[in-house]
Amino acid sequence: MSENGNAYSERYTLNLGPQHPSTHGVLRIVADFDGETCISADPVIGYLHRGMEKLLESRTYPQGLPYTDRLDYLAGVNNNLPLALAVEKLLGVEIPERASLLRMLTCEIMRLASYMVGIGIYIMDLGAVSGVFYPFQQREYALEVMSALCGARMTQGYIRFGGVQADWNDEAEAALDVLYKELPPFIEMYHKLIDENEIFLRRTKGVGVITAERAKSYALTGPNLRASGVDYDLRRDAPYCLYDRFTIKVPVQQAGDCHARYAQRMLEVEEILKLIKAIHAALKETEPGKIMGAVPKMLRPPAGEAYAQTENPKGIMGCLVASDGKGVNPLRVHFRRPSFDNIAIFSELMPGHKVADLIAIIASFDIVLGEIDG
Amino acid sequence: MEFINNIFVNIAGLCRAVFAWLVGLLHLPDVLVDIAMVAVYWLAIVVVCVLCALFYVVWERKLAGYIQRRPGPNRLGPNGWLQTIGDAIKLVMKEDIVPDGADKPIHLLAALLAFVPPMLALAAMPFGEGMTALDLDLGVVYIMAVTTLASLPVLCAGYASNNKYAMMGALRVVNQAISYEVPQALAILSVVLVAGTFNLNGIIDFQTGHVWLILLQPVAFVVYLISALAECNRAPFDLPEGESELTAGVFTEYSGMRYALFYLAEYCNMFVAAGLATTLFLGGFTGPFLPGWVWFLLKTFVIMSLFIWVRWTLPRIRADYVLRFCWKVLVPLMLVNLLVTGVIVYILV
Repeated sequence: MSENGNAYSERYTLNLGPQHPSTHGVLRIVADFDGETCISADPVIGYLHRGMEKLLESRTYPQGLPYTDRLDYLAGVNNNLPLALAVEKLLGVEIPERASLLRMLTCEIMRLASYMVGIGIYIMDLGAVSGVFYPFQQREYALEVMSALCGARMTQGYIRFGGVQADWNDEAEAALDVLYKELPPFIEMYHKLIDENEIFLRRTKGVGVITAERAKSYALTGPNLRASGVDYDLRRDAPYCLYDRFTIKVPVQQAGDCHARYAQRMLEVEEILKLIKAIHAALKETEPGKIMGAVPKMLRPPAGEAYAQTENPKGIMGCLVASDGKGVNPLRVHFRRPSFDNIAIFSELMPGHKVADLIAIIASFDIVLGEIDG
Repeated sequence: MEFINNIFVNIAGLCRAVFAWLVGLLHLPDVLVDIAMVAVYWLAIVVVCVLCALFYVVWERKLAGYIQRRPGPNRLGPNGWLQTIGDAIKLVMKEDIVPDGADKPIHLLAALLAFVPPMLALAAMPFGEGMTALDLDLGVVYIMAVTTLASLPVLCAGYASNNKYAMMGALRVVNQAISYEVPQALAILSVVLVAGTFNLNGIIDFQTGHVWLILLQPVAFVVYLISALAECNRAPFDLPEGESELTAGVFTEYSGMRYALFYLAEYCNMFVAAGLATTLFLGGFTGPFLPGWVWFLLKTFVIMSLFIWVRWTLPRIRADYVLRFCWKVLVPLMLVNLLVTGVIVYILV
């Protein structure tokens, strides 16, 4: 008799990835199976490693900044922010209010875009391919705003040390209005399409359950943590930029399974929309034009190190910058990449589940390989 | 009208006359006429297979496009309707890759055999008035038997590929095909019980005389459609292919024309399932105004579109739920349905 009670079966190792349609890029999972049941799983990473930290260390500060867009390429602006905040801490520059608001606004817009991809790909990985097209349409509206604002859609490099690249304009205003108009009906429709689907519920409820304890001990962050019942969001609990000015409601799920992670993102989308509206309103009250602080032409921060962290779509993104005070390059840059920390739990989470559940678990974590491999 | 209705029957008659004349002219044995006619029927079925595959592949892609708010194929030919031909040419020209460790003869044979079951099944399909190549008294049983064979080439493909994904897909095919055979057979049996005949034309005659059997056996109709989806390995039961789990499942190691054969055979299998649903539940080729074979094509078109609609709407079911759903829901349901049908038929007839 084997572990799962079959009369006779042979264990075998299945190599999921790096070339696999549902590993969100080039994640590789080496898993042992008994029939369809997973016995052990081991995520193997590094297939997209570009030496991001070393790249930044061998370039001047402004040259390095756009590289960070390529970490979590689904939410470029959000990756600029921790690096910018850390370097600004070293430099000790003041950020104009309008620039801070623009940073927050773009971060929230890209957070929305990233969640849309996460939700859509999740449904697609469960087998409902059409589910990916509807959120991607909404993502398109979000990217249109960014495109109108700074000219780039995905890897914007919009945030600069000391401020932002471009000021808010009418075109972006119009694009944001489209988003306001399209998103609420979409959320309602998507709830109707997905929430009550029997197959979807069967595939996700009780699959990949993470308790609050385990989530904390594995240092999960972001929606994956909140789906396990831990009420923690940096934007509210350790505010950066001007987030302390706004009341941020953080939805929390208790179940900690794949369904909770989906539901968590759907609930957060609504909160993001409210936050975008609030930030947008605050932005309108500031005076246009002042979007850059007093930053020296040549960035040469004093010796020391600084750490800044932000709440990114995938979790907490941290950035440590060390400067020797002499060179124009950072001495050391290190990122805390949320997807990387989140997937550590896979080898504990996956055993006991079926092949299809493995895919559901990977998809529910909404990982991005650019970020994992760095 | 009458002429169009009988156009294919007349063509067959003409062929037979020509063959008889030739055989008489050359003083050959008469049995050659029948053999030649078998070749004609076979050719007709091949044409039906190819045409339905060509049409439904592009129709599926178009319908999927409409469902997903995108145009779908719209470049090649009028409004993109020649897309399948373009795809087929592309696939033929591709390199035919056979993995090193594969069981090469079976790997090849599987692709070739893929078209056999649907062609065998179409032989007994009543396309129209007098348009049944093989009018068997046990037509229903025959079609059920040969459609079961459809999982065999897929099993061979998975087994011969020497690939773990393919092997898992192959095992899933066996699981699924054997399990869903049971509710499907029970659903068809309920129909047979009401109609009182195993002959497909007889079942159509019964429906012409009374009402469409979908009204008498609605539960059996739904169960039949679900089982047919599972038998054809269509979403939400497309576990053998299970793109997001098993990359391409049993077809992982297939490329070029061999892959295309499986792909096209899938549509022929669906066409058979839709044709059988039409015959058993929707009155077959009967209908007012239009010729019989047009009605048959229209009704199968509706069922096929339903299959496609379901595919692009639902997520994939997990392997263990597939079996649980079959044995714990569909089979008991159909047994009860059969019992109730039997009692009512016994009382009334």
